[in-house]
Amino acid sequence: MANVAVAAGAPVRPVHYGSISKSRRWALRWSYFFLVLFCIFFLMPPIYMFITSIKGSAEISAATNPWWVFHPTLDNYVELLTKNEYLVFFRNSALVSVCVVIISMLISVTAAFALARMKFWGSTALATGVFLTYLIPDTLLFIPLFKMFAFVRDTTGIELMNHWWTLIILYPTLSVPFCTWIMIGYFASIPKELDEAALIDGASWLQTLTKIFIPVALPGIIAATIFAFTVSWAQFLYPLAFTTSTSELVLPVGIVTTLIKGDVFNWGQIMTGALLGAAPPLIIYAFLMDYYIAGLTAGATKG
Amino acid sequence: MADIAAPNEFALTGDRRNSLRKLMQRKSTVAFLMALPLIVLIATLVIYPTGYAIWLSMLNKSMTKFVGFGTFEFLLKRQTFWDIVYQSCLFAITAVIFKAMIGFVVAHFVHNIPAKGQRKWRGMLLVPWVIPPAMSTLAWLWLFDPSYSAINWILVHLGMTNVSWLGEAGWARFSVILVNIWAGSPFFMIMYLAALKSVPDQLYEAASIDGATWLQRIWYVTLPMMRNIIAVTALFSLIVTFANFDIVRVLTAGGPQGRYRKRRHTAGCGRVAVHGADPGRGRSLHPAGYLQARE
Amino acid sequence: MAQVTLRNVVKKYDEVLAVRGVDLDIADKEFIVLVGPSGCGKSTTLRMIAGLEEISGGDIAIGGNVVNDVPPKDRDIAMVFQNYALYPHMNVYENMSFGLKLKKTPKEEIDRRVRQAAGILDITELLDRKPKQLSGGQRQRVAMGRAIVRDPKVFLFDEPLSNLDAKLRVQMRTEIKKVHQKVRTTTVYVTHDQVEAMTLADRVVVMNAGLIEQVGSPNDLYHMPATKFVAGFIGSPAMNFLACHLEEAAGGLQMRLSDTLAFPVPPERIARYKPYVGSADLMLGLRPEHIMETRPHTEPNQHDFDMKIDVVEPMGMETLVYFTVLEGAEMCGRVNPNAGAAEGRTMKLRADLNNMHLIDNGTGKVL
Repeated sequence: MANVAVAAGAPVRPVHYGSISKSRRWALRWSYFFLVLFCIFFLMPPIYMFITSIKGSAEISAATNPWWVFHPTLDNYVELLTKNEYLVFFRNSALVSVCVVIISMLISVTAAFALARMKFWGSTALATGVFLTYLIPDTLLFIPLFKMFAFVRDTTGIELMNHWWTLIILYPTLSVPFCTWIMIGYFASIPKELDEAALIDGASWLQTLTKIFIPVALPGIIAATIFAFTVSWAQFLYPLAFTTSTSELVLPVGIVTTLIKGDVFNWGQIMTGALLGAAPPLIIYAFLMDYYIAGLTAGATKG
Repeated sequence: MADIAAPNEFALTGDRRNSLRKLMQRKSTVAFLMALPLIVLIATLVIYPTGYAIWLSMLNKSMTKFVGFGTFEFLLKRQTFWDIVYQSCLFAITAVIFKAMIGFVVAHFVHNIPAKGQRKWRGMLLVPWVIPPAMSTLAWLWLFDPSYSAINWILVHLGMTNVSWLGEAGWARFSVILVNIWAGSPFFMIMYLAALKSVPDQLYEAASIDGATWLQRIWYVTLPMMRNIIAVTALFSLIVTFANFDIVRVLTAGGPQGRYRKRRHTAGCGRVAVHGADPGRGRSLHPAGYLQARE
Repeated sequence: MAQVTLRNVVKKYDEVLAVRGVDLDIADKEFIVLVGPSGCGKSTTLRMIAGLEEISGGDIAIGGNVVNDVPPKDRDIAMVFQNYALYPHMNVYENMSFGLKLKKTPKEEIDRRVRQAAGILDITELLDRKPKQLSGGQRQRVAMGRAIVRDPKVFLFDEPLSNLDAKLRVQMRTEIKKVHQKVRTTTVYVTHDQVEAMTLADRVVVMNAGLIEQVGSPNDLYHMPATKFVAGFIGSPAMNFLACHLEEAAGGLQMRLSDTLAFPVPPERIARYKPYVGSADLMLGLRPEHIMETRPHTEPNQHDFDMKIDVVEPMGMETLVYFTVLEGAEMCGRVNPNAGAAEGRTMKLRADLNNMHLIDNGTGKVL
């Protein structure tokens, strides 16, 4: 019979009953540490934009610490907002973006509904093909579009070059494919029984779309709208290629071309302009962040 | 014994198949009409210009004669063309690899912290992707400014020397890639975060019981489960990065002079096409490069 | 009058025949259940009645009118789906009134009908909640409420209880029966669960591979199955099937199951079975409840035999015993829990052959 005697004087280890085990706590600490590092990396430029924007030009050219504002001033903002040009850019961007969003959503929601729910010849090919058009870069397309517009001018006399509203025709090609893809994903995830219940309840296809599908897929619609807006707002190549006079420019192009004159850079104003230009997407993002992210990932996981 | 109730009589009125078919046709025509705006849009503003572009690239310089692959042959013999291709590939591949790695790593960290806090961090980390690229690139341009670079100020203060971010060829390459990574990693992070969440916890638990370290868990559980999305995002990003114009144009066109050998492919052909009167060459640069990217 | 008639209804998907010619007459106010294994065509038949599937052949008539080409909303039917299909963005009241609103029914009429239906189903307190705030059973009741509100000629149920847990299922079964008693409307109910079929139906339609095997009242199907499929499908635990040889024996016929075991054929059936003596491929069908422990008093046509018990399953109110008659031929019996059944023990069992069935295995028909 073995007798196990507890040795007197053996060291007793104090047991910690924390809510998280030791290794987990360290993992958490490291995670936060790196997250802070990455946040600094990712947020540095916009923060610096803001810092620069509230500095006067004297302070900018001085050799003081660029990361601190000694004499904050709103001069840059005032000047920018009172100069007609900048407001024109803003207005153009806003108009273009809003119109494009409306057009994009109309096209993509109806197309997505047809592709997700109604089968017709070529519908599956079209659904995948639509997304593949994204792979065609705008840098390839702007030259032939140039020539096409010239052709239109020669034959119909409609001048498409150098008008901000031409962009309303062009931008949907950039937003519609992705929006359609998102909407197809959302519509496809709506159970078919819902259609059938609506059918039995007596709804026509249009009523099914407007009273059932759109309300149920609303998160997807919001995400697609946000995306369409952000893409339109941020466009650079198409407006650069197709609009030249100051009154027709949109914001991204406007800032780069008008505020950089030759070798003289008015950095205070540039940063202010850039920040204000980045503001609308950022504000929308701040309020509707969850929809934004859900839309992005839904496209991926449901696609 | 089976029990059948007395049958009710009703009239059978012949073949009703035809009207049935008409009903079906109506539904698919409606569907087709609904998809029509999409088809028209893509066909006229994407497909047709693409075909047109390819055709144009097969014309000669003054666009009068059809030379088939002549321009392509010419390009393929030019050293500068291969330089540009090399630069572009280097750029795109490096950028995508780093974006994917950073995105993966950051997604892991965000996934590790308790769910409540994740939203804040996710929000902050996605900011670079939300800011219009042209705007954020201006900020980087300012950060890299040869005389006033705020980053250089920090470096000098830490005892190191000024870096000519946009002046020197090597650093210029680095800068462009850096900005691209900065703007693109959040996209990867978001995608990978969603994918991470979809890996069932039980797999990790089973792996722990089997004795796997955290590294092994990533290698044997996480990566295989995420294979699909890693491939899709990498491919997507590769193609988009390859054609990325905004960053390059803003960073290099407005900067100090000097030929950067690091002249990106698209900016290159953009310039060749627009600033030179050689649309044929400009466009064939692009399809050629584009076909390369497809491989 | 809301009778439903199916004449030679066929459903073809590309080259596959899902429903291969179904004839059925459903009387007004009848509760009929279509039951069968997965893929037998019962749901497809239901959906053809609803108008959600196109009919490849044959005719369906509701209330005397052929409805082959009539769209679902004009057939005057209502359907309850397996996963409820409640509109997630509308509350219960709106869900129930949606169909009426589309028909432009006046508001007071809608309100009256919704509240009446809610009263019948006991969901009046839930009227302003959204589906995601309801439990499974509540959602199912709302789905039924949506159907009742339409006051249709026919109710169609497509496996409505399959998504509920076992206990809830039993509860809801009773609810559905009560509702049918209050709202006397013709009902066609589809399920794969034969217990639901037996408890709910006025008549049961057993389907298999696109055809109807048998139509009859639950009792008829249970005691007088027409085919082996029906015999084996209805009743739980399932009927025992054993290959047997019909042979002449002292004073009559007997069924030989193994070298050691033979059951005598009840005298009243000898004439019926005589032609099949010596036939190959005969099976004996006997329900487990007709194999019990020996009791002191013997009824006519009861045969006792000894058997070694393999597995014992105590069910509380009875005990199931499993034994092997022949290599590969297992049987199940139901004995009193106090009969002393134990694994490995040899028990004296009794077969009540009044309820036996002789089946031709080749055709599947009960003789």
